[in-house]
Amino acid sequence: MCLAIPALVKSIEGQEAGVELGGMSRKISILLTPEVKVGDYVLLHTGYAINVIDEEDAMETLELLAEMAVLEDEIEE
Amino acid sequence: MRFIDEFRNAELAKVVIERIHRRSKRHIRLMEFCGGHTVTILKHGIRQLLPPTVEMLSGPGCPVCVTANADLDKAIALAREPGVIITTFGDMLKVPGSYSSLQKVRADGAAVKVVYSTLDALQIAKENPEKAVVFIGIGFETTAPTIAASILQAEEEGIKNYYVLSMHKLCPPVIKALLDSGEVKLDGLICPGHVSAIIGSHPWEFAARDYGIGCVVSGFEPLDVLQSVEMLVEQLEKGEPKVEIAYRRGVRPEGNLRAQELMNAVFELSPANWRGIGVVPESGLRLRKEYQRFDAELSFDIDPGPPLEPKGCLCGDVLRGVKTPIDCKLFGGACTPEHPVGPCMVSSEGSCASYYHYGTL
Repeated sequence: MCLAIPALVKSIEGQEAGVELGGMSRKISILLTPEVKVGDYVLLHTGYAINVIDEEDAMETLELLAEMAVLEDEIEE
Repeated sequence: MRFIDEFRNAELAKVVIERIHRRSKRHIRLMEFCGGHTVTILKHGIRQLLPPTVEMLSGPGCPVCVTANADLDKAIALAREPGVIITTFGDMLKVPGSYSSLQKVRADGAAVKVVYSTLDALQIAKENPEKAVVFIGIGFETTAPTIAASILQAEEEGIKNYYVLSMHKLCPPVIKALLDSGEVKLDGLICPGHVSAIIGSHPWEFAARDYGIGCVVSGFEPLDVLQSVEMLVEQLEKGEPKVEIAYRRGVRPEGNLRAQELMNAVFELSPANWRGIGVVPESGLRLRKEYQRFDAELSFDIDPGPPLEPKGCLCGDVLRGVKTPIDCKLFGGACTPEHPVGPCMVSSEGSCASYYHYGTL
């Protein structure tokens, strides 16, 4: 019910955006995310973008997990 | 898909699991509030991968499941009204109320349409000006702003035949009610990611401050959930429960201010009736006075009759985390996703449906 999936914003017209998700295109409302820009990923929930995904934070989370993995390997060796 | 595949990396997951095993010493009980998290945990076998010191409990975070029969019956009664078209998310269709379901009344001739979005419901209202189009408003803070947006749009465009049956519910107040009941002893909470995308992480502070419960806001991929479990283990081993965000790509501490603004403009707090939990003060949303002409309950004179509970169904206990689906005698026999007795078996994120689909070990 609270499912939201990442969608790439391809175009913006007023309060509507064209997005691509999993190879499909559709129109969504960006009323809740006025700050969104073309090229951003948004969290799409029931036809509305509910947040802009922070790419930097996503990468940092992954890097942190990966760095910790490297450290683990070194400790084990 | 981007931001999904990376968070399903099995190699990284293995490392996180090993770390959890090494770090976890004391026995802890964690509740994943959200049904979406329950699905991730069961689908990927996360419970079996965790050390025996980490116990996981499913919570009441399934909007369809927590809708009380008294409210469901109103939706079904509205569907029977002449000249009404019901628009609803698909999850609600098969949920049995006291006497019937939306699916059954549709088979009997009622106009019930499944929509993906309130935007579709508004379109149906525009195309059918001679009918009253009622949207069944269920959902938590994630969904409520989209319903608010639809009401504001209906007002702006002068759509006069659009109504909402508001049964929206709020997550932090029900967690507080569960904790106050004393029925469930918790050490940590995996907080719902997309609810928190709207409300932020601050509304969970009370749980850490007043109840000593660790809170981590989690995303929905397996790596997200594992990272959240690890953060909770770390907090609890140190004896420092606090509120943290693991799902940083989707959640800011302050939440989505625009969405909060729209939600507050249209709705005000009200008591809400939760299945298995009862009426919790200030845990629901009703339309503000200025928007009451969109309120389906006030606009139609319906009599759904007294609510009845299905015999033997433990859905309410499962939602409170005091029973698991396998404790229920009906589970898998008299109650299956094809022939559900209670809503926890209907919704794809209901605990019973998750246990049924992904195993019960």
